[in-house]
Amino acid sequence: MTDSKYFTTTKKGEIFELKAELNSDKKEKKKEAVKKVIASMTVGKDVSALFPDVVNCMQTDNLELKKLVYLYLMNYAKSQPDMAIMAVNTFVKDCEDPNPLIRALAVRTMGCIRVDKITEYLWEPLRKCLKDEDPYVRKTAAVCVAKLHDINAQLVEDQGFLDTLKDLISDSNPMVVANAVAALSEIAESHPSSNLLDLNPQSINKLLTALNECTEWGQIFILDCLANYMPKDDREAQSICERVTPRLSHANSAVVLSAVKVLMKFMEMLSKDLDYYGTLLKKLAPPLVTLLSAEPELQYVALRNINLIVQKRPEILKHEMKVFFVKYNDPIYVKLEKLDIMIRLASQANIAQVLAELKEYATEVDVDFVRKAVRAIGRCAIKVEQSAERCVSTLLDLIQTKVNYVVQEAIVVIKDIFRKYPNKYESVIATLCENLDSLDEPEARAAMIWIVGEYAERIDNADELLESFLEGFHDESTQVQLQLLTAIVKLFLKKPTETQELVQQVLSLATQDSDNPDLRDRGYIYWRLLSTDPVAAKEVVLAEKPLISEETDLIEPTLLDELICYIGTLASVYHKPPSAFVEGGRGVVHKSLPPRTASSESAESPETAPTGAPPGEQPDVIPAQGDLLGDLLNLDLGPPVSGPPLATSSVQMGAVDLLGGGLDSLIGGTNFVAPPTAAVPANLGAPIGSGLSDLFDLTSGVGTLSGSYVAPKAVWLPAMKAKGLEISGTFTRQVGSISMDLQLTNKALQVMTDFAIQFNRNSFGLAPAAPLQVHAPLSPNQTVEISLPLSTVGSVMKMEPLNNLQVAVKNNIDVFYFSTLYPLHILFVEDGKMDRQMFLATWKDIPNENEAQFQIRDCPLNAEAASSKLQSSNIFTVAKRNVEGQDMLYQSLKLTNGIWVLAELRIQPGNPSCTLSLKCRAPEVSQHVYQAYETILKN
Amino acid sequence: MIGGLFIYNHKGEVLISRVYRDDIGRNAVDAFRVNVIHARQQVRSPVTNIARTSFFHVKRSNIWLAAVTKQNVNAAMVFEFLYKMCDVMAAYFGKISEENIKNNFVLIYELLDEILDFGYPQNSETGALKTFITQQGIKSQHQTKEEQSQITSQVTGQIGWRREGIKYRRNELFLDVLESVNLLMSPQGQVLSAHVSGRVVMKSYLSGMPECKFGMNDKIVIEKQGKGTADETSKSGKQSIAIDDCTFHQCVRLSKFDSECSISFIPPDGEFELMRYRTTKDIILPFRVIPLVREVGRTKLEVKVVIKSNFKPSLLAQKIEVRIPTPLNTSGVQVICMKGKAKYKASENAIVWKIKRMAGMKESQISAEIELLPTNDKKKWARPPISMNFEVPFAPSGLKVRYLKVFEPKLNYSDHDVIKWVRYIGRSGIYETRC
Repeated sequence: MTDSKYFTTTKKGEIFELKAELNSDKKEKKKEAVKKVIASMTVGKDVSALFPDVVNCMQTDNLELKKLVYLYLMNYAKSQPDMAIMAVNTFVKDCEDPNPLIRALAVRTMGCIRVDKITEYLWEPLRKCLKDEDPYVRKTAAVCVAKLHDINAQLVEDQGFLDTLKDLISDSNPMVVANAVAALSEIAESHPSSNLLDLNPQSINKLLTALNECTEWGQIFILDCLANYMPKDDREAQSICERVTPRLSHANSAVVLSAVKVLMKFMEMLSKDLDYYGTLLKKLAPPLVTLLSAEPELQYVALRNINLIVQKRPEILKHEMKVFFVKYNDPIYVKLEKLDIMIRLASQANIAQVLAELKEYATEVDVDFVRKAVRAIGRCAIKVEQSAERCVSTLLDLIQTKVNYVVQEAIVVIKDIFRKYPNKYESVIATLCENLDSLDEPEARAAMIWIVGEYAERIDNADELLESFLEGFHDESTQVQLQLLTAIVKLFLKKPTETQELVQQVLSLATQDSDNPDLRDRGYIYWRLLSTDPVAAKEVVLAEKPLISEETDLIEPTLLDELICYIGTLASVYHKPPSAFVEGGRGVVHKSLPPRTASSESAESPETAPTGAPPGEQPDVIPAQGDLLGDLLNLDLGPPVSGPPLATSSVQMGAVDLLGGGLDSLIGGTNFVAPPTAAVPANLGAPIGSGLSDLFDLTSGVGTLSGSYVAPKAVWLPAMKAKGLEISGTFTRQVGSISMDLQLTNKALQVMTDFAIQFNRNSFGLAPAAPLQVHAPLSPNQTVEISLPLSTVGSVMKMEPLNNLQVAVKNNIDVFYFSTLYPLHILFVEDGKMDRQMFLATWKDIPNENEAQFQIRDCPLNAEAASSKLQSSNIFTVAKRNVEGQDMLYQSLKLTNGIWVLAELRIQPGNPSCTLSLKCRAPEVSQHVYQAYETILKN
Repeated sequence: MIGGLFIYNHKGEVLISRVYRDDIGRNAVDAFRVNVIHARQQVRSPVTNIARTSFFHVKRSNIWLAAVTKQNVNAAMVFEFLYKMCDVMAAYFGKISEENIKNNFVLIYELLDEILDFGYPQNSETGALKTFITQQGIKSQHQTKEEQSQITSQVTGQIGWRREGIKYRRNELFLDVLESVNLLMSPQGQVLSAHVSGRVVMKSYLSGMPECKFGMNDKIVIEKQGKGTADETSKSGKQSIAIDDCTFHQCVRLSKFDSECSISFIPPDGEFELMRYRTTKDIILPFRVIPLVREVGRTKLEVKVVIKSNFKPSLLAQKIEVRIPTPLNTSGVQVICMKGKAKYKASENAIVWKIKRMAGMKESQISAEIELLPTNDKKKWARPPISMNFEVPFAPSGLKVRYLKVFEPKLNYSDHDVIKWVRYIGRSGIYETRC
């Protein structure tokens, strides 16, 4: 009996031949023909033309033939709904068959035929089958309810199938219970609000009993369902845990992982002082370790989960480092995951062993793995201070191997070690310099250049080294170019006498010959700094650097908690919440860990956070020099954490900072913007004019096309106060440029001419970018509309309130003064979207007292709408999350002077008011940002 | 849940395609072929996400099995299911090969219909499945009503793995304690990691529904049971071993193990794996490998490897094989060994030294001179570890079976009437010494 022959028919006229065979009188021939059809179907050929002929074969008492026809039906019924009806009678008849296997087969297949007309005929048989005397039929019918629900949810509810399904949870047969649980869980997922899986202590008890008796798969369904239950107190949680722990010894890894999920979740509710808590922790380690002796694919799933568990509860596996040692024959995906966990578990106690292993790995073949191993050595140095020296010497050994990518990776991590332990390991610089020529990757080149620049005073030939890079300046990647620029400036500040030529060279390369705006901007900043105030330049460029953090790649706590609820599932493999990879509403119900019980660390609830604007006595809005410099220097190498490169955005941020802040003297004394060339310091000479106007373009950035929200014009200067001149206006921001839209009306009796406008110094350096141009004289009762472009490079003075703008308007009659408040959102720049990781780090970094909370009332928007509305005003949604039915939007925005504001907007469906929490290093902007939010959201 | 299941041959041609959910279309079949089977780089994860569709795959020889889903499924379950699917297929038609799959495609479809319903795994015990799905087609039309209900109750019942009414003239059972001992040793002879992963495989030919109770020299079990007689505890305590963790076949009553530390079960008929365990303490390492590698200039390598057997002289190890990796630029090798045969296998980049038998407490040695082609490749040779294979007639973990009692209250045979056989086999797992 070789069925493989069915795969080989490829000749023409096949369909026709099959048709004849299907209609043959001989049973055997018929069966053969159907097999051929199925084989063709498998390979992807379209055999739907044979539908009627195949369906005709259905009325047979040969079960094998029947099953084949059913298979065909499931595939093609949808394309031939009318024909499919022909099959209904047989199905209905089969549902009454004395043989339970046939009854179940009919119900099972009918559920898979997604044709409305057939579904109609399914209700009655299904109702009967749900109450069938045979458990095999009942368990099949239970799943069929889920199938039907997928086709027509309303119908299932109307027909009361859900209640019957609920009753099956109390069935005497464990497999029926398991399938009913699975079906109900799936249906409940698409109805997050319904109380379908009404879990209570009684039903939980039933499930726990069934858990002991049903198949391995059933145990998984039940455990996954249990994990959704929220015990009412710690005693109930403990008793469930006690009954779930035996599952940890099951041979099926999925049962074990699902049990781990239940335990990890319910453990949250147990007091840490409890003996049982300790026992449970101890019980969790061995089964997790055992998972590592499973097949490689399962090991991978297990390791991804262990990665989460180690972050949540490091104590469980802290003594098990050895089992994560990489084996030579492990598949690469297992190796990489193990390495990740090794770094997380590294501590002073085991560092010697870990290092020996890592060194071994660094000699392996797979490039990715070797790189990661080298990087891991660097992480160890940073994490365990006592080991730093050993790590450095290991890295040096590796550099001696001269294997190109090992050397490069080692240099990148050594740079981080220098950052972490300044003035400690500089003796190795000489060795590093020897390898200069072999570096061909941008990251390694940039790291090396950073090192040379940072320690220029100790490297005799630093200028030669840097000069050698300069030759091919334009072929380097941006990362390297930026680094080279900074390094040479550092060098110049340290050894000004010998390197003047070099610095001139790099500055002109960066500002004149490059079309990269980031590079040009940085070049100009240095140029100006150096030419105006070398001492300040020294303070800026050679400032103390912020420390780098020990732990990296940590998953954000709320996401981690959510992922713990998804242990064993795809979400835990991807380390992403289901909403990130599941389409539609299914399965994206947010899950959260139960709140921790009192005895230990009580989490601060957000409600206790201070509300309202922070009190007045606060530092200046314009970030203090120190802050600025921190930002600027940070960008030297981007954050050491080697996340996605952030350099670009921070460059701009730094640049704008400087322009808005301390450098106003440079721009010139008048409030009118001076023509740029006039302000250029003479000693550097260069043809800067064109460059400078580029620089001013920078404030306009590259933006979205739609503009920010524009408020209707309001009267700023009534006619009676200004001898007949009435001015009304508003502010707009479009494609990165701010302008003041004015409407001048002459309500006097004489003609007005010679208009001019001037701003007083203000908080954000707003200044007209062009003179006020009213072309014709304004005759009585005439109105003109003028759009006055604004720049943010004017002089800065803190105003009260912050967004106050004092304006003077002159005409042939007199000079008039008025003041107006500008909405802050015109200052929100287009590149205000922060990288997620950066956001997270910054959010944590900003002290809690800088957080302000506001209520925005009467704003019945959903998250989507709010987000897009805000986006058009340059408030960017960095991340979105759903927590207990509330939508949380995490947003960032940046002001023209480089101040970042981070926001968390909590929207509750059905509740018209939403809560806004703002975090910013300059807390006094919060109030105004809040007002901007309110204006944008309500219009 | 699982949305679809595909089986491909090595060329990426689909042999079996069964779709369970509406959200999986025909294009999923092609997406997997293009992005995974025909992918240019080596596959870097067993789970692949392509256009919001997740693919889980396992490979058996050159056959790819892929499960597809668009939901947040239980990933561990999907892999367990794929393995199970392989086991079931193997139990029906032996090796999983393209030929066998094509020959049995109707049967496979039938199995897939039975063990996966709407993507939910159902009873997948071969013993139960074979009662109503057979390779010769279905026999159900000839079954009596009793037979039918017996099938369904077995498939759904508490003891889904065994049917009632089994009869043997001779009640007999075989216990195999199969251990694989894993070692990673530094060149200096320091144990970097060592563990034993063991399995207890039972083959039973017992009548009726026998209750079995299994006992071994696990420390915790002995301490728990030996409380009554302190004397016995101290005596047996010496030989007892510490098991780090164990898992059991689904027939074992886990709650009973948890509370009383007793392993009781009604076994499936025929062969099955009763338990798996892992130990890390007091492992008897059957062999010690002492490597000595010396680089003589840039074109020559001298290797000397000594192996020492470390068990009772009366026992014999078998199928000993030592694999000494050689650099890729090896041009020639001269080997001298005291015992067995050694050969340089250029295609495997290794010297393979085979010894048929070796008694305990002996040692043997091999020396080799490896000629190297001069290369200007800067990259150093990675020096993969020296690995070893062997088989010994004892359990390196020290595990001993203390008893296996059989009770069948309904039939008149007692524990004494059952013929029992126990065998211990220790094999090398990944047994490596770095050099």
